[in-house]
Amino acid sequence: MRLLRIVPDDTKFDFMRFRRISFPISALLSIVALVAFMTVGLNFGIDFKGGTLLEVRYPNNTLNIADVRSKLESLELGEVQIQEIGSDGEVLIRVAQQPGGEQAQQAVVGKVRTALGDAVEYRRVEVVGPRVSQELLSYGIVGLIAAVFCILVYLWFRFEWQFALGASIANFHDIVLTIGFMAIFRIDFDLTSVAALLTILGYSLNDTIVIYDRIREMLRRYKKMPIDELLNASINSTLSRSVITHVTVTLALLSLVLFGGRAIHSFSVTMMFGVVLVGTYTSIFIASPLLIYLGVTTRTMAEKDAEAKTAKAEGKPATGKPARP
Amino acid sequence: MLYFSRWKALAIVVLSAIICLMVVPSLLSPTAFEKLPGFLQRKIVLGLDLQGGSYIVLEVQQNDVRQMRLTQLRDDSRRLLRDAKIGFSNVAIQGDAVIVRVREANDGDAALAKLRELAQPIGGVMAGGGQLDTDVSLSGDTIRIAPSAAGLQARTIQAVSQSIEIIRKRIDQLGTTEPSIQRQGADRIQVQVPGLQDPSRLKALLGQTAQLTFRLVDTSVNAQQALQGRPPAGTDILYSQDNPPQPYVIEQRVLVAGEDLTDAQPSFDPQTREPVVTFRFNTNGARRFAEATQANVGRPFAIILDNHVISAPVIREPILGGSGQISGNFSVQQANDLAILLRAGALPVPLQVVEERTVGPGLGADSIQAGLVASIVGAVLVALFMIATYGLFGVIAVVAVAVNVGMIFGILAMLGATLTLPGIAGVVLTVGIAVDSNVLIYERIREEARAGRSAISAIDAGFSRALATILDSNITTFIAAAVLFYVGSGPVRGFAITFGIGIVTTVFTAFTLTRLMAAVWVRWKRPQRVPI
Repeated sequence: MRLLRIVPDDTKFDFMRFRRISFPISALLSIVALVAFMTVGLNFGIDFKGGTLLEVRYPNNTLNIADVRSKLESLELGEVQIQEIGSDGEVLIRVAQQPGGEQAQQAVVGKVRTALGDAVEYRRVEVVGPRVSQELLSYGIVGLIAAVFCILVYLWFRFEWQFALGASIANFHDIVLTIGFMAIFRIDFDLTSVAALLTILGYSLNDTIVIYDRIREMLRRYKKMPIDELLNASINSTLSRSVITHVTVTLALLSLVLFGGRAIHSFSVTMMFGVVLVGTYTSIFIASPLLIYLGVTTRTMAEKDAEAKTAKAEGKPATGKPARP
Repeated sequence: MLYFSRWKALAIVVLSAIICLMVVPSLLSPTAFEKLPGFLQRKIVLGLDLQGGSYIVLEVQQNDVRQMRLTQLRDDSRRLLRDAKIGFSNVAIQGDAVIVRVREANDGDAALAKLRELAQPIGGVMAGGGQLDTDVSLSGDTIRIAPSAAGLQARTIQAVSQSIEIIRKRIDQLGTTEPSIQRQGADRIQVQVPGLQDPSRLKALLGQTAQLTFRLVDTSVNAQQALQGRPPAGTDILYSQDNPPQPYVIEQRVLVAGEDLTDAQPSFDPQTREPVVTFRFNTNGARRFAEATQANVGRPFAIILDNHVISAPVIREPILGGSGQISGNFSVQQANDLAILLRAGALPVPLQVVEERTVGPGLGADSIQAGLVASIVGAVLVALFMIATYGLFGVIAVVAVAVNVGMIFGILAMLGATLTLPGIAGVVLTVGIAVDSNVLIYERIREEARAGRSAISAIDAGFSRALATILDSNITTFIAAAVLFYVGSGPVRGFAITFGIGIVTTVFTAFTLTRLMAAVWVRWKRPQRVPI
C-alpha cells in the first residue's frame, strides 16, 4: 500500500526569510484585532454581562417571530434580542440585565413565561445576576493571566529565558488575534470562550514547544551552524509532523463544528480559528524567528551545558541507568 | 526503548484493561448497578446540560444576617434588662446597632455589665475565646450594641450550613432523584436538581424563608391611625396578602413560632371545602399556645408567614389540643407547598437567587445526540487519516487512541466525575491531540531512518527522542487545563476534567501501549526497512 505523504522528505523551505513578511503582517493583524476589540468590543454573553437568556421552541411551525416580538416588547424589559435559530421553530431570547438588583433579574423569566404561554417548549433558561457576572468575568481574566504565568515559569525552568519569552510573545499574539476574531465576527464571549482561549493557548504552546525542542537539540549538535540555517532546518524537519497533526486536529474540530450542536458552536468555531489558523502559523512564522531577535546563538546552549556540567560535578555523580540495547 | 520484560508488558496491558473496564458500571441499567459490590458502584454522572435539570445558586445576604442578629439582640436585651430589673426607656434598632436607653443614669454601668453577656466569643467558648461577636459600649445613658464584622461573618457561615439542611429537607419532598446541594464559598449555596421541567416551583420553595409566627393583634389602636402616627411601642405594622393589602398592628412578642410545630399536612376544611394546612404543636408549643389563648379569649391573633399576615382569627375559646389549621384562600398546590415548608422548618435568613441555569430534557437529549455524532465522525475521520498516512503503524495509533478514550471514560467513572457537552468536546479534542504523540514518534522514526539508521535502531531512537518532546509539550497543555479547572464552573469545568485526564492518558499510552505494540511487532517481524 502506498502511504499518504503530505510533506515530501527533505523539504528545504526558507522559513526565516518569511519573517520580513510575517512580522509586519502579524503586527498589522494584531493592531486590527486590538482596534476591533476597543471599538466594536466583544459580544459579551450573559455570563459576563448578566441578564436572561431563553431558548424556546414553538412546535409544528407555530412560530411567528413578529408575534413573539410584539409580546415581548409589551413587557418593557429594555433591550431584548430575538433571534430565530435553526429551522425547527426555535427562538433565542436575550433580555439585558434589569435595573434593581438580583430580584429584578429573577422576575424576567416569570414575565416572559406568562407572555409566551405554556404551549411552547422552554429548552433552556439562564439567569445570571449582576454579582455573579462580575465575578465570572474577573475569574476569567484571572484564569487567563494565571495560565500564561504558570506556563511561562515552566518554560523558564525547562528552557532558556529567550525561549520562554519567545513563546509568550507568540502566545500573546495568538490570544490577541483570536479575541479580535471574536470581536469582528460577533461571536458570543462567555465562559466557554475562556475555555476555548485557554485551550488555544495550551495547544499553540504545545506546537511551539515541539519546534523549540528541536531547535534546542540542533543547537547542541551543530555548534557551528549559522542561526538562520539552524532554525530553518529545525522547522523543516518537524514540518511533516506539524502538518499531519494539524490535519488530525482539524478533522476533530471540523466534526465538532458541523455536528457538535449549538451549545458548543461558538467554542468550536473559536477553536477552529485559534488552533487551525493561528496556532501553527505562529509557531512556525513568529515564535521561531523571534529567537533570532532574542539573541539565541549556538553559544547560548554551550554556556548552559557548561553550567550544568559544573553543577553536576559539584553535586553527587550521575546515577543514570545504562541504556538498554 | 523497545525492550519490555514479560511482567512489565503484562502489567501495562492489565492496567489499561482495568481502567477501561471501570466504565462498565456506567453502562449498566440502574437495577444491575445496584447489585454491584460497593467499590464498583462508581459511574459517570451526566451533567445538567445533557440530562436536563436546574442549577441554582442562592446567596445569603450579609445585610439579612445583620438584621436577624439585631432583632435577636434587641429581644435579648429587653429580656436581660427586665430580668435584672433595670429600668429602660427605649430599646430599638437604629441603623446597624441596637440602642438601649436606661431610665436612671446611674444604672448605666450595671446595664452595661449585664448586656456584655450578649457578646460571645466567635466559634464558641471552646475555640479559645479570641474575638467577640458583638461590641457593647456605653456613653452617657445610652448603650450601643453592635454585631462585629467577624461575628457577622461567622454567623453568615453558620446560616449557610443551617440553610443547606433545610433546603435538603424541602427538596427531598419534591421527590426528584439525586439532587445535589453544596456550599459555594462563604455565603452561597449551589443547588442542582436533575430532570425538572419547570424550576419555578423549586425556586418558590427555595426562595421562601417560611418563618411562621403566632402573635397577638394589638386592638388598642386602629391600623389606619397607627399608619398616620407611630405604632405603639413593641408592635409592628404588617400587611395581609389580600388585594389591596390590609394593614394590621401586630405585637412583636411571639406567642409560638414555627420551630414548635411537629407536623403540618395539607387538607380541606370540613365546612368550607377550601384547602387548608393542619398542624400540630410539640408539647412546649401546645402548652404556650394553650396559655396564650386562655388569657386572650375574644382577642384576634395573627398567623404570620414571612412578615405577611395570612389570617387573623378571633380566639373564641382556649385552644388546648395542641393542633390547629391555617386557612388563607390557598390553592391545593399552595397548601401543599406551605405544608412542605412548615415541615422542613424555616430558613435562618432569606436566600436570594443569584444565578439560574435550566436545561429542558429535550435540549439535553439533543446535546447527547450531537456529542455522540461529533465524537464518532471525528474519531472515524482521524482513524482513516492515520491509517492512510502510516499504514500498519497507523493501526497501532488508532488502537492506542481507542484505549486512550476508553481510559478517559474509565477514569471519569472512577472519580464519579460529571460529563458535560464541553466535556465531550474535550474528548474529541483529545483524540485529535493524542494522535499527535504518535505522529511525533513516527515522524522521528522516519527521520532517523533517513539519517541512515537500520530499521530497528531507527524505531528505537524515534521513540526515545520523541518521548521527551511529548512530555514537554503535554505538560504545558496540562497546566492550561489545570488552571481552567480551578477558575471554571459547571460545563467549563467538565471540559477541563476530560481534557486534563485526556492529556495524562495520552502521555501514558504513548509511553506504554504504543511502544509495547511497536516492540511486539519488531520482535515478530524483524523488519529490515521502516514501514512508514
